[in-house]
Amino acid sequence: MIRDITIGQYYPAKSCIHRLDPRVKIVSTLLFLISLFVQNSLLGYAAATVFLGGVIRASRVPLKFIVKGLKAVVMLLMFTVVMQLFLTKGGDVLADFRIFEITEKGLRTAVFMAVRLIYLIIGSSIMTFTTTPNALTDGMESLLRPLNRFQVPVHEVAMMMSIALRFIPILLEETDKIMKAQIARGADLESGNIIQRTKAMVPILVPLFVSAFRRANDLAMAMESRCYNGGENRTRMKPLVYKTGDYMAYAVTVIYLTATFVLGRFVPFHLWIF
Amino acid sequence: MVQARKLVYEYEKRDDEGNVIGMNRAVDGIDIDIRQGQFAAILGHNGSGKSTLAKHMNAILVPTGGTMWVNGRDTKDPRELMHVRQSAGMVFQNPDNQIIGTVVEEDVGFGPENLGVPTDEIWKRVEDSLRAVGMLEYRTHSPNKLSGGQKQRVAIAGVIAMEPRCIVLDEPTAMLDPNGRKEVIRTVQELRKRRNVTVILITHYMEEVIDADQVYVMDSGHIVMKGTPREIFSQVEELKKYRLDVPQVTMLAEELRRRGISLPRGILRREELVDAVDRYACMLKENQS
Repeated sequence: MIRDITIGQYYPAKSCIHRLDPRVKIVSTLLFLISLFVQNSLLGYAAATVFLGGVIRASRVPLKFIVKGLKAVVMLLMFTVVMQLFLTKGGDVLADFRIFEITEKGLRTAVFMAVRLIYLIIGSSIMTFTTTPNALTDGMESLLRPLNRFQVPVHEVAMMMSIALRFIPILLEETDKIMKAQIARGADLESGNIIQRTKAMVPILVPLFVSAFRRANDLAMAMESRCYNGGENRTRMKPLVYKTGDYMAYAVTVIYLTATFVLGRFVPFHLWIF
Repeated sequence: MVQARKLVYEYEKRDDEGNVIGMNRAVDGIDIDIRQGQFAAILGHNGSGKSTLAKHMNAILVPTGGTMWVNGRDTKDPRELMHVRQSAGMVFQNPDNQIIGTVVEEDVGFGPENLGVPTDEIWKRVEDSLRAVGMLEYRTHSPNKLSGGQKQRVAIAGVIAMEPRCIVLDEPTAMLDPNGRKEVIRTVQELRKRRNVTVILITHYMEEVIDADQVYVMDSGHIVMKGTPREIFSQVEELKKYRLDVPQVTMLAEELRRRGISLPRGILRREELVDAVDRYACMLKENQS
Protein backbone atom coordinates (compact mmCIF):
# COMPACT_ATOMS: atom_id res chain seq x y z
CA MET A 1 0.00 0.00 0.00
CA ILE A 2 2.71 2.48 1.02
CA ARG A 3 4.76 1.30 -1.93
CA ASP A 4 2.03 2.49 -4.31
CA ILE A 5 2.38 6.11 -3.32
CA THR A 6 4.84 7.59 -5.75
CA ILE A 7 4.37 11.22 -4.72
CA GLY A 8 7.52 12.60 -3.15
CA GLN A 9 9.79 9.89 -4.49
CA TYR A 10 12.87 10.50 -6.54
CA TYR A 11 12.99 8.97 -10.00
CA PRO A 12 16.62 8.67 -11.10
CA ALA A 13 17.14 9.51 -14.76
CA LYS A 14 19.44 11.66 -16.83
CA SER A 15 17.43 14.53 -18.23
CA CYS A 16 17.73 18.27 -18.56
CA ILE A 17 15.06 18.69 -15.88
CA HIS A 18 17.06 16.50 -13.47
CA ARG A 19 20.13 18.64 -14.06
CA LEU A 20 18.39 21.94 -13.30
CA ASP A 21 19.24 23.86 -10.17
CA PRO A 22 16.80 22.89 -7.40
CA ARG A 23 15.97 26.56 -6.87
CA VAL A 24 14.68 26.86 -10.43
CA LYS A 25 12.48 23.84 -9.94
CA ILE A 26 11.07 25.03 -6.63
CA VAL A 27 10.33 28.56 -7.87
CA SER A 28 8.87 27.37 -11.18
CA THR A 29 6.70 24.76 -9.49
CA LEU A 30 5.40 27.38 -7.10
CA LEU A 31 4.62 29.79 -9.94
CA PHE A 32 2.94 27.01 -11.91
CA LEU A 33 0.72 26.11 -8.95
CA ILE A 34 -0.26 29.75 -8.47
CA SER A 35 -1.01 30.10 -12.18
CA LEU A 36 -3.37 27.14 -11.95
CA PHE A 37 -5.40 28.87 -9.30
CA VAL A 38 -5.59 32.36 -10.72
CA GLN A 39 -6.59 31.42 -14.23
CA ASN A 40 -10.01 30.21 -15.24
CA SER A 41 -10.09 30.18 -18.99
CA LEU A 42 -10.09 27.24 -21.30
CA LEU A 43 -7.12 28.57 -23.24
CA GLY A 44 -5.24 29.19 -20.04
CA TYR A 45 -5.62 25.53 -19.16
CA ALA A 46 -4.57 24.62 -22.65
CA ALA A 47 -1.37 26.57 -22.07
CA ALA A 48 -0.88 24.80 -18.73
CA THR A 49 -1.36 21.45 -20.46
CA VAL A 50 1.23 22.26 -23.09
CA PHE A 51 3.68 23.48 -20.46
CA LEU A 52 3.19 20.49 -18.18
CA GLY A 53 3.29 18.06 -21.10
CA GLY A 54 6.54 19.57 -22.28
CA VAL A 55 8.11 19.33 -18.85
CA ILE A 56 7.01 15.70 -18.46
CA ARG A 57 8.50 14.84 -21.85
CA ALA A 58 11.74 16.61 -21.00
CA SER A 59 11.99 14.96 -17.58
CA ARG A 60 11.93 11.42 -19.03
CA VAL A 61 9.80 10.22 -16.16
CA PRO A 62 7.36 7.66 -17.61
CA LEU A 63 3.77 8.90 -17.69
CA LYS A 64 2.66 5.64 -16.11
CA PHE A 65 4.80 6.35 -13.08
CA ILE A 66 3.30 9.82 -12.73
CA VAL A 67 -0.28 8.60 -13.08
CA LYS A 68 0.39 6.00 -10.40
CA GLY A 69 0.96 8.89 -8.03
CA LEU A 70 -2.58 10.10 -8.62
CA LYS A 71 -4.04 6.86 -7.28
CA ALA A 72 -3.35 7.93 -3.72
CA VAL A 73 -5.55 10.99 -4.01
CA VAL A 74 -8.29 9.56 -6.19
CA MET A 75 -10.82 9.56 -3.33
CA LEU A 76 -10.18 13.18 -2.48
CA LEU A 77 -10.43 14.09 -6.14
CA MET A 78 -13.79 12.31 -6.58
CA PHE A 79 -15.18 13.91 -3.48
CA THR A 80 -14.23 17.42 -4.60
CA VAL A 81 -15.59 16.91 -8.08
CA VAL A 82 -18.92 15.51 -6.87
CA MET A 83 -19.35 18.33 -4.38
CA GLN A 84 -18.62 20.96 -7.01
CA LEU A 85 -20.88 19.27 -9.51
CA PHE A 86 -23.96 19.31 -7.33
CA LEU A 87 -23.47 22.33 -5.15
CA THR A 88 -22.42 25.01 -7.61
CA LYS A 89 -25.51 26.71 -9.02
CA GLY A 90 -25.77 28.93 -12.05
CA GLY A 91 -26.51 28.86 -15.76
CA ASP A 92 -28.78 26.38 -17.51
CA VAL A 93 -29.96 23.30 -15.67
CA LEU A 94 -28.58 20.28 -17.44
CA ALA A 95 -30.03 17.50 -15.32
CA ASP A 96 -32.50 17.44 -12.50
CA PHE A 97 -32.64 14.76 -9.80
CA ARG A 98 -35.32 16.42 -7.66
CA ILE A 99 -33.17 17.51 -4.73
CA PHE A 100 -29.94 17.80 -6.69
CA GLU A 101 -29.49 19.43 -10.01
CA ILE A 102 -26.54 19.75 -12.26
CA THR A 103 -26.13 23.19 -13.76
CA GLU A 104 -23.93 24.36 -16.56
CA LYS A 105 -21.78 26.33 -14.19
CA GLY A 106 -21.55 23.42 -11.78
CA LEU A 107 -20.33 21.12 -14.52
CA ARG A 108 -17.70 23.58 -15.65
CA THR A 109 -16.45 24.26 -12.14
CA ALA A 110 -16.26 20.54 -11.44
CA VAL A 111 -14.31 19.79 -14.58
CA PHE A 112 -11.91 22.67 -14.02
CA MET A 113 -11.46 21.77 -10.39
CA ALA A 114 -10.56 18.22 -11.37
CA VAL A 115 -8.07 19.44 -13.97
CA ARG A 116 -6.64 21.92 -11.51
CA LEU A 117 -6.08 19.31 -8.79
CA ILE A 118 -4.63 16.75 -11.16
CA TYR A 119 -2.21 19.31 -12.62
CA LEU A 120 -1.33 20.48 -9.15
CA ILE A 121 -0.36 17.00 -8.05
CA ILE A 122 1.45 16.17 -11.27
CA GLY A 123 3.24 19.52 -11.23
CA SER A 124 4.56 19.14 -7.72
CA SER A 125 5.43 15.47 -8.11
CA ILE A 126 7.48 16.27 -11.23
CA MET A 127 9.60 18.42 -8.94
CA THR A 128 10.19 15.62 -6.43
CA PHE A 129 10.67 13.01 -9.17
CA THR A 130 13.51 14.98 -10.67
CA THR A 131 15.20 16.40 -7.55
CA THR A 132 17.05 14.42 -4.90
CA PRO A 133 15.80 15.16 -1.37
CA ASN A 134 19.20 16.63 -0.58
CA ALA A 135 19.12 19.01 -3.51
CA LEU A 136 15.61 20.02 -2.46
CA THR A 137 16.76 20.87 1.05
CA ASP A 138 19.72 22.79 -0.34
CA GLY A 139 17.43 24.71 -2.66
CA MET A 140 14.99 25.51 0.16
CA GLU A 141 17.83 26.65 2.38
CA SER A 142 19.17 28.94 -0.29
CA LEU A 143 15.74 30.37 -1.17
CA LEU A 144 14.73 30.94 2.44
CA ARG A 145 18.02 32.51 3.45
CA PRO A 146 16.51 36.03 3.57
CA LEU A 147 14.42 34.79 6.52
CA ASN A 148 17.64 34.64 8.54
CA ARG A 149 17.18 38.33 9.12
CA PHE A 150 14.02 37.54 11.06
CA GLN A 151 15.87 35.12 13.34
CA VAL A 152 14.56 32.04 11.49
CA PRO A 153 17.24 29.31 11.81
CA VAL A 154 17.12 28.39 8.12
CA HIS A 155 20.40 26.46 8.02
CA GLU A 156 19.55 24.45 11.12
CA VAL A 157 16.13 23.50 9.79
CA ALA A 158 17.63 22.43 6.47
CA MET A 159 20.28 20.38 8.28
CA MET A 160 17.57 18.71 10.36
CA MET A 161 15.63 17.85 7.24
CA SER A 162 18.58 16.26 5.51
CA ILE A 163 19.51 14.29 8.63
CA ALA A 164 15.92 13.10 8.94
CA LEU A 165 16.07 11.93 5.33
CA ARG A 166 19.29 10.05 6.05
CA PHE A 167 17.84 8.29 9.06
CA ILE A 168 14.45 7.27 7.64
CA PRO A 169 15.73 3.98 6.17
CA ILE A 170 17.76 3.24 9.30
CA LEU A 171 14.79 3.76 11.58
CA LEU A 172 12.53 1.74 9.30
CA GLU A 173 14.97 -1.14 9.50
CA GLU A 174 15.12 -0.73 13.24
CA THR A 175 11.31 -0.79 13.51
CA ASP A 176 11.29 -4.01 11.56
CA LYS A 177 13.88 -5.54 13.88
CA ILE A 178 11.99 -4.47 17.01
CA MET A 179 8.73 -5.82 15.61
CA LYS A 180 10.31 -9.18 14.91
CA ALA A 181 11.89 -9.21 18.36
CA GLN A 182 8.55 -8.47 20.01
CA ILE A 183 6.73 -11.05 17.88
CA ALA A 184 9.36 -13.58 18.92
CA ARG A 185 8.50 -12.74 22.52
CA GLY A 186 4.83 -13.44 21.78
CA ALA A 187 3.52 -9.97 20.97
CA ASP A 188 0.34 -10.06 18.90
CA LEU A 189 0.37 -7.20 16.41
CA GLU A 190 -2.06 -8.48 13.82
CA SER A 191 -5.35 -9.38 15.48
CA GLY A 192 -7.89 -7.41 17.48
CA ASN A 193 -9.72 -4.20 16.78
CA ILE A 194 -8.07 -0.91 16.05
CA ILE A 195 -7.66 0.06 19.72
CA GLN A 196 -6.04 -3.25 20.62
CA ARG A 197 -3.75 -3.01 17.67
CA THR A 198 -2.78 0.53 18.56
CA LYS A 199 -2.03 -0.60 22.09
CA ALA A 200 0.15 -3.37 20.71
CA MET A 201 2.28 -0.71 19.04
CA VAL A 202 3.48 0.65 22.40
CA PRO A 203 6.14 -2.03 22.97
CA ILE A 204 7.47 -1.19 19.51
CA LEU A 205 7.43 2.57 19.81
CA VAL A 206 9.11 2.78 23.21
CA PRO A 207 12.34 0.98 22.21
CA LEU A 208 12.27 2.79 18.87
CA PHE A 209 12.21 6.17 20.60
CA VAL A 210 14.90 5.18 23.06
CA SER A 211 17.15 4.08 20.25
CA ALA A 212 16.37 7.18 18.19
CA PHE A 213 17.42 9.40 21.08
CA ARG A 214 20.59 7.40 21.53
CA ARG A 215 21.36 7.76 17.85
CA ALA A 216 20.67 11.48 17.99
CA ASN A 217 23.10 11.80 20.88
CA ASP A 218 25.81 9.85 19.04
CA LEU A 219 25.27 11.81 15.85
CA ALA A 220 25.46 15.16 17.62
CA MET A 221 28.76 14.07 19.14
CA ALA A 222 30.08 12.91 15.76
CA MET A 223 29.06 16.19 14.15
CA GLU A 224 30.70 18.24 16.88
CA SER A 225 33.87 16.20 16.67
CA ARG A 226 34.00 17.12 12.99
CA CYS A 227 34.00 20.80 13.87
CA TYR A 228 30.33 21.46 13.13
CA ASN A 229 29.15 24.62 14.84
CA GLY A 230 26.13 25.81 12.93
CA GLY A 231 25.97 27.50 9.56
CA GLU A 232 28.54 30.24 10.18
CA ASN A 233 31.80 30.27 8.24
CA ARG A 234 30.79 27.13 6.47
CA THR A 235 31.76 26.51 2.88
CA ARG A 236 29.89 24.17 0.58
CA MET A 237 31.10 21.16 -1.26
CA LYS A 238 28.31 21.48 -3.80
CA PRO A 239 27.38 25.16 -3.93
CA LEU A 240 24.29 26.06 -5.92
CA VAL A 241 25.33 27.99 -9.01
CA TYR A 242 22.94 29.05 -11.76
CA LYS A 243 24.01 27.87 -15.20
CA THR A 244 22.76 28.87 -18.65
CA GLY A 245 20.21 26.07 -18.63
CA ASP A 246 18.78 27.38 -15.37
CA TYR A 247 18.25 30.86 -16.81
CA MET A 248 16.63 29.31 -19.83
CA ALA A 249 14.29 27.35 -17.58
CA TYR A 250 13.34 30.55 -15.80
CA ALA A 251 12.69 32.13 -19.20
CA VAL A 252 10.42 29.24 -20.20
CA THR A 253 8.46 29.63 -16.97
CA VAL A 254 8.06 33.36 -17.56
CA ILE A 255 6.90 32.75 -21.13
CA TYR A 256 4.34 30.28 -19.86
CA LEU A 257 3.10 32.74 -17.22
CA THR A 258 2.75 35.52 -19.76
CA ALA A 259 0.97 33.19 -22.13
CA THR A 260 -1.62 32.14 -19.56
CA PHE A 261 -2.09 35.71 -18.44
CA VAL A 262 -2.59 37.00 -21.98
CA LEU A 263 -4.84 34.12 -22.94
CA GLY A 264 -6.91 34.52 -19.80
CA ARG A 265 -7.31 38.27 -20.29
CA PHE A 266 -7.74 38.82 -23.95
CA VAL A 267 -9.55 35.79 -25.34
CA PRO A 268 -13.11 36.26 -26.69
CA PHE A 269 -15.68 36.61 -23.97
CA HIS A 270 -17.63 33.42 -24.62
CA LEU A 271 -14.56 31.34 -23.74
CA TRP A 272 -14.48 32.86 -20.26
CA ILE A 273 -15.57 30.58 -17.54
CA PHE A 274 -17.50 31.88 -14.51
CA MET B 1 51.06 15.08 20.14
CA VAL B 2 48.63 14.02 22.84
CA GLN B 3 49.67 14.62 26.39
CA ALA B 4 47.78 14.39 29.66
CA ARG B 5 48.83 15.25 33.18
CA LYS B 6 46.84 14.13 36.23
CA LEU B 7 43.72 14.05 34.08
CA VAL B 8 40.51 13.67 36.09
CA TYR B 9 36.96 13.48 34.83
CA GLU B 10 34.19 13.41 37.37
CA TYR B 11 30.47 13.26 36.83
CA GLU B 12 27.54 13.26 39.20
CA LYS B 13 25.96 9.96 40.04
CA ARG B 14 22.18 10.24 40.26
CA ASP B 15 19.48 7.98 41.61
CA ASP B 16 16.20 7.25 39.82
CA GLU B 17 14.66 10.57 40.79
CA GLY B 18 17.62 12.53 39.52
CA ASN B 19 19.07 13.48 42.90
CA VAL B 20 22.81 13.63 43.14
CA ILE B 21 24.05 10.77 45.29
CA GLY B 22 27.74 11.14 44.77
CA MET B 23 30.54 11.73 42.33
CA ASN B 24 31.91 9.16 39.95
CA ARG B 25 35.42 9.34 38.63
CA ALA B 26 35.48 7.87 35.14
CA VAL B 27 39.07 8.94 34.63
CA ASP B 28 41.30 9.37 37.63
CA GLY B 29 44.74 10.94 37.51
CA ILE B 30 45.94 9.81 34.13
CA ASP B 31 49.33 10.68 32.63
CA ILE B 32 49.92 9.85 29.00
CA ASP B 33 52.41 10.90 26.36
CA ILE B 34 51.81 10.01 22.76
CA ARG B 35 54.31 11.35 20.26
CA GLN B 36 53.67 12.37 16.65
CA GLY B 37 53.55 9.39 14.31
CA GLN B 38 53.15 6.83 17.05
CA PHE B 39 50.61 4.05 17.11
CA ALA B 40 49.27 3.93 20.63
CA ALA B 41 46.64 1.53 21.86
CA ILE B 42 44.46 1.85 24.92
CA LEU B 43 43.05 -1.37 26.28
CA GLY B 44 40.50 -1.97 28.96
CA HIS B 45 37.28 -3.85 29.56
CA ASN B 46 33.87 -2.14 29.58
CA GLY B 47 33.60 0.73 32.03
CA SER B 48 37.34 1.11 32.48
CA GLY B 49 37.17 4.74 31.35
CA LYS B 50 38.90 4.27 28.02
CA SER B 51 36.12 5.88 25.99
CA THR B 52 35.92 8.79 28.39
CA LEU B 53 39.64 9.31 27.92
CA ALA B 54 39.21 9.20 24.13
CA LYS B 55 36.52 11.86 24.24
CA HIS B 56 38.94 14.17 26.01
CA MET B 57 41.31 14.00 23.08
CA ASN B 58 38.67 15.63 20.90
CA ALA B 59 37.44 18.09 23.52
CA ILE B 60 33.99 16.50 23.51
CA LEU B 61 34.61 16.17 27.22
CA VAL B 62 36.67 18.68 29.12
CA PRO B 63 38.69 17.51 32.12
CA THR B 64 37.35 18.42 35.55
CA GLY B 65 40.89 18.23 36.89
CA GLY B 66 44.37 18.14 35.40
CA THR B 67 45.18 19.09 31.83
CA MET B 68 45.08 17.58 28.38
CA TRP B 69 47.13 18.96 25.51
CA VAL B 70 46.50 18.06 21.90
CA ASN B 71 49.08 19.31 19.46
CA GLY B 72 50.34 21.60 22.19
CA ARG B 73 46.95 23.23 22.85
CA ASP B 74 45.04 22.99 26.07
CA THR B 75 41.68 21.34 25.38
CA LYS B 76 40.06 23.37 28.17
CA ASP B 77 40.54 26.60 26.25
CA PRO B 78 37.37 27.32 24.22
CA ARG B 79 39.38 29.39 21.74
CA GLU B 80 41.43 26.32 20.85
CA LEU B 81 38.38 24.08 20.44
CA MET B 82 38.30 24.07 16.64
CA HIS B 83 42.04 23.61 16.42
CA VAL B 84 41.95 20.65 18.80
CA ARG B 85 39.07 19.01 16.94
CA GLN B 86 40.73 19.53 13.62
CA SER B 87 44.09 18.12 14.71
CA ALA B 88 42.64 15.08 16.46
CA GLY B 89 39.92 13.49 14.36
CA MET B 90 37.67 10.95 15.97
CA VAL B 91 36.07 7.75 14.68
CA PHE B 92 33.30 6.29 16.83
CA GLN B 93 31.99 2.83 17.48
CA ASN B 94 28.63 2.81 15.70
CA PRO B 95 29.10 3.18 11.95
CA ASP B 96 25.50 4.27 11.37
CA ASN B 97 25.45 7.06 13.91
CA GLN B 98 28.41 9.02 12.64
CA ILE B 99 27.64 9.34 8.96
CA ILE B 100 25.87 12.62 8.33
CA GLY B 101 25.62 12.80 4.55
CA THR B 102 23.10 10.93 2.41
CA VAL B 103 25.79 10.27 -0.19
CA VAL B 104 29.27 8.95 0.64
CA GLU B 105 31.18 11.87 -0.88
CA GLU B 106 28.96 14.44 0.83
CA ASP B 107 29.67 12.84 4.17
CA VAL B 108 33.41 12.97 3.61
CA GLY B 109 33.04 16.62 2.62
CA PHE B 110 31.20 17.49 5.82
CA GLY B 111 34.30 18.12 7.93
CA PRO B 112 36.09 20.34 5.38
CA GLU B 113 32.82 22.25 4.85
CA ASN B 114 32.74 23.02 8.55
CA LEU B 115 36.34 24.17 8.48
CA GLY B 116 35.54 26.66 5.74
CA VAL B 117 37.73 25.02 3.11
CA PRO B 118 37.14 26.40 -0.43
CA THR B 119 34.95 24.26 -2.72
CA ASP B 120 37.70 23.11 -5.13
CA GLU B 121 39.90 22.08 -2.25
CA ILE B 122 37.02 20.14 -0.66
CA TRP B 123 36.59 18.08 -3.82
CA LYS B 124 40.29 17.36 -3.93
CA ARG B 125 40.39 16.32 -0.30
CA VAL B 126 37.28 14.14 -0.67
CA GLU B 127 38.81 12.31 -3.60
CA ASP B 128 42.16 11.88 -1.85
CA SER B 129 40.67 10.57 1.36
CA LEU B 130 38.26 8.21 -0.35
CA ARG B 131 41.14 6.83 -2.38
CA ALA B 132 43.25 6.45 0.76
CA VAL B 133 40.63 4.21 2.37
CA GLY B 134 39.84 2.42 -0.89
CA MET B 135 36.27 3.64 -1.15
CA LEU B 136 36.58 5.89 -4.20
CA GLU B 137 34.33 3.72 -6.35
CA TYR B 138 31.52 4.10 -3.82
CA ARG B 139 31.59 7.89 -3.78
CA THR B 140 28.08 8.37 -5.13
CA HIS B 141 26.52 5.51 -3.17
CA SER B 142 24.14 5.88 -0.29
CA PRO B 143 25.86 4.99 3.00
CA ASN B 144 22.85 2.85 3.94
CA LYS B 145 23.78 0.26 1.35
CA LEU B 146 27.36 -0.23 2.56
CA SER B 147 28.63 -2.95 4.90
CA GLY B 148 29.73 -2.07 8.42
CA GLY B 149 33.41 -2.19 7.52
CA GLN B 150 32.84 0.04 4.50
CA LYS B 151 30.88 2.52 6.60
CA GLN B 152 33.74 2.72 9.08
CA ARG B 153 36.16 3.32 6.22
CA VAL B 154 33.95 6.16 5.02
CA ALA B 155 33.98 7.55 8.56
CA ILE B 156 37.78 7.34 8.57
CA ALA B 157 37.88 9.12 5.19
CA GLY B 158 35.66 11.82 6.68
CA VAL B 159 38.23 12.34 9.41
CA ILE B 160 41.24 12.30 7.07
CA ALA B 161 39.60 14.91 4.84
CA MET B 162 40.05 17.35 7.72
CA GLU B 163 43.79 16.66 7.53
CA PRO B 164 44.30 15.85 11.19
CA ARG B 165 47.68 15.01 12.67
CA CYS B 166 46.14 12.38 14.88
CA ILE B 167 43.24 9.95 14.54
CA VAL B 168 41.49 8.67 17.63
CA LEU B 169 39.52 5.50 17.00
CA ASP B 170 37.09 4.68 19.77
CA GLU B 171 36.37 0.95 19.44
CA PRO B 172 35.92 1.26 15.68
CA THR B 173 35.58 -2.48 15.20
CA ALA B 174 33.33 -3.40 18.12
CA MET B 175 30.21 -3.64 15.96
CA LEU B 176 31.80 -5.28 12.94
CA ASP B 177 32.17 -8.86 11.79
CA PRO B 178 35.69 -10.35 11.59
CA ASN B 179 36.07 -9.36 7.92
CA GLY B 180 35.02 -5.78 8.55
CA ARG B 181 37.37 -5.67 11.53
CA LYS B 182 40.34 -6.72 9.41
CA GLU B 183 39.36 -4.25 6.69
CA VAL B 184 39.30 -1.32 9.11
CA ILE B 185 42.53 -2.20 10.90
CA ARG B 186 44.34 -2.70 7.60
CA THR B 187 43.11 0.73 6.42
CA VAL B 188 44.32 2.38 9.60
CA GLN B 189 47.72 0.71 9.34
CA GLU B 190 48.17 1.83 5.76
CA LEU B 191 47.23 5.39 6.58
CA ARG B 192 49.73 5.48 9.38
CA LYS B 193 52.51 4.31 7.13
CA ARG B 194 51.67 6.62 4.23
CA ARG B 195 50.68 9.81 6.00
CA ASN B 196 52.60 9.60 9.25
CA VAL B 197 49.51 10.37 11.29
CA THR B 198 49.41 9.49 14.95
CA VAL B 199 46.94 6.69 15.62
CA ILE B 200 45.30 6.15 18.97
CA LEU B 201 43.28 2.97 18.95
CA ILE B 202 40.89 2.19 21.76
CA THR B 203 39.80 -1.40 21.72
CA HIS B 204 39.31 -4.61 23.59
CA TYR B 205 40.43 -6.85 20.78
CA MET B 206 43.97 -7.88 21.67
CA GLU B 207 44.89 -8.97 18.16
CA GLU B 208 44.55 -5.38 16.95
CA VAL B 209 47.24 -3.97 19.19
CA ILE B 210 50.21 -6.26 18.50
CA ASP B 211 51.63 -3.72 16.04
CA ALA B 212 51.29 -0.79 18.43
CA ASP B 213 54.32 1.20 19.58
CA GLN B 214 52.86 1.67 22.98
CA VAL B 215 50.03 0.04 24.90
CA TYR B 216 48.18 1.49 27.85
CA VAL B 217 45.94 -0.74 29.93
CA MET B 218 43.17 0.96 31.82
CA ASP B 219 41.11 -0.26 34.73
CA SER B 220 38.53 1.72 36.72
CA GLY B 221 39.83 5.06 35.53
CA HIS B 222 43.52 4.40 36.10
CA ILE B 223 46.32 3.44 33.80
CA VAL B 224 47.50 0.19 35.32
CA MET B 225 49.98 -1.07 32.75
CA LYS B 226 52.08 0.63 30.14
CA GLY B 227 54.65 -0.63 27.67
CA THR B 228 55.23 -2.31 24.35
CA PRO B 229 52.80 -5.07 23.33
CA ARG B 230 55.48 -7.67 24.12
CA GLU B 231 55.99 -6.33 27.60
CA ILE B 232 52.27 -6.15 28.25
CA PHE B 233 51.32 -9.55 26.86
CA SER B 234 54.06 -11.39 28.68
CA GLN B 235 52.20 -10.63 31.90
CA VAL B 236 49.25 -12.91 31.30
CA GLU B 237 48.28 -13.23 34.97
CA GLU B 238 48.31 -9.49 35.52
CA LEU B 239 46.12 -8.90 32.46
CA LYS B 240 43.63 -11.49 33.71
CA LYS B 241 43.29 -9.42 36.87
CA TYR B 242 41.95 -6.59 34.73
CA ARG B 243 39.59 -8.97 32.93
CA LEU B 244 41.57 -8.82 29.70
CA ASP B 245 42.70 -11.70 27.53
CA VAL B 246 45.92 -12.00 25.63
CA PRO B 247 46.02 -12.82 21.89
CA GLN B 248 45.25 -16.48 21.20
CA VAL B 249 48.80 -17.22 20.10
CA THR B 250 50.24 -15.73 23.27
CA MET B 251 47.72 -17.74 25.29
CA LEU B 252 48.75 -20.95 23.56
CA ALA B 253 52.45 -20.25 24.18
CA GLU B 254 51.68 -19.53 27.81
CA GLU B 255 49.77 -22.80 28.23
CA LEU B 256 52.60 -24.73 26.56
CA ARG B 257 55.14 -23.15 28.86
CA ARG B 258 53.05 -24.09 31.85
CA ARG B 259 53.17 -27.72 30.68
CA GLY B 260 56.94 -27.57 30.79
CA ILE B 261 57.84 -26.61 27.25
CA SER B 262 60.34 -23.81 27.56
CA LEU B 263 59.21 -21.05 25.21
CA PRO B 264 60.12 -17.38 25.51
CA ARG B 265 57.56 -14.99 27.01
CA GLY B 266 55.58 -12.47 25.02
CA ILE B 267 55.02 -14.33 21.76
CA LEU B 268 52.58 -12.26 19.71
CA ARG B 269 52.42 -13.69 16.21
CA ARG B 270 51.76 -17.11 14.80
CA GLU B 271 55.13 -17.21 12.98
CA GLU B 272 56.98 -16.43 16.19
CA LEU B 273 55.29 -19.33 17.93
CA VAL B 274 56.09 -21.67 15.05
CA ASP B 275 59.74 -20.62 15.17
CA ALA B 276 59.93 -21.00 18.93
CA VAL B 277 58.37 -24.46 18.84
CA ASP B 278 60.75 -25.45 16.03
CA ARG B 279 63.70 -24.30 18.05
CA TYR B 280 62.44 -26.22 21.06
CA ALA B 281 62.04 -29.38 18.95
CA CYS B 282 65.60 -29.03 17.62
CA MET B 283 66.87 -28.57 21.14
CA LEU B 284 65.09 -31.77 22.27
CA LYS B 285 66.59 -33.72 19.39
CA GLU B 286 70.09 -32.48 20.20
CA ASN B 287 69.65 -33.42 23.82
CA GLN B 288 68.54 -36.94 22.88
CA SER B 289 71.46 -37.52 20.57
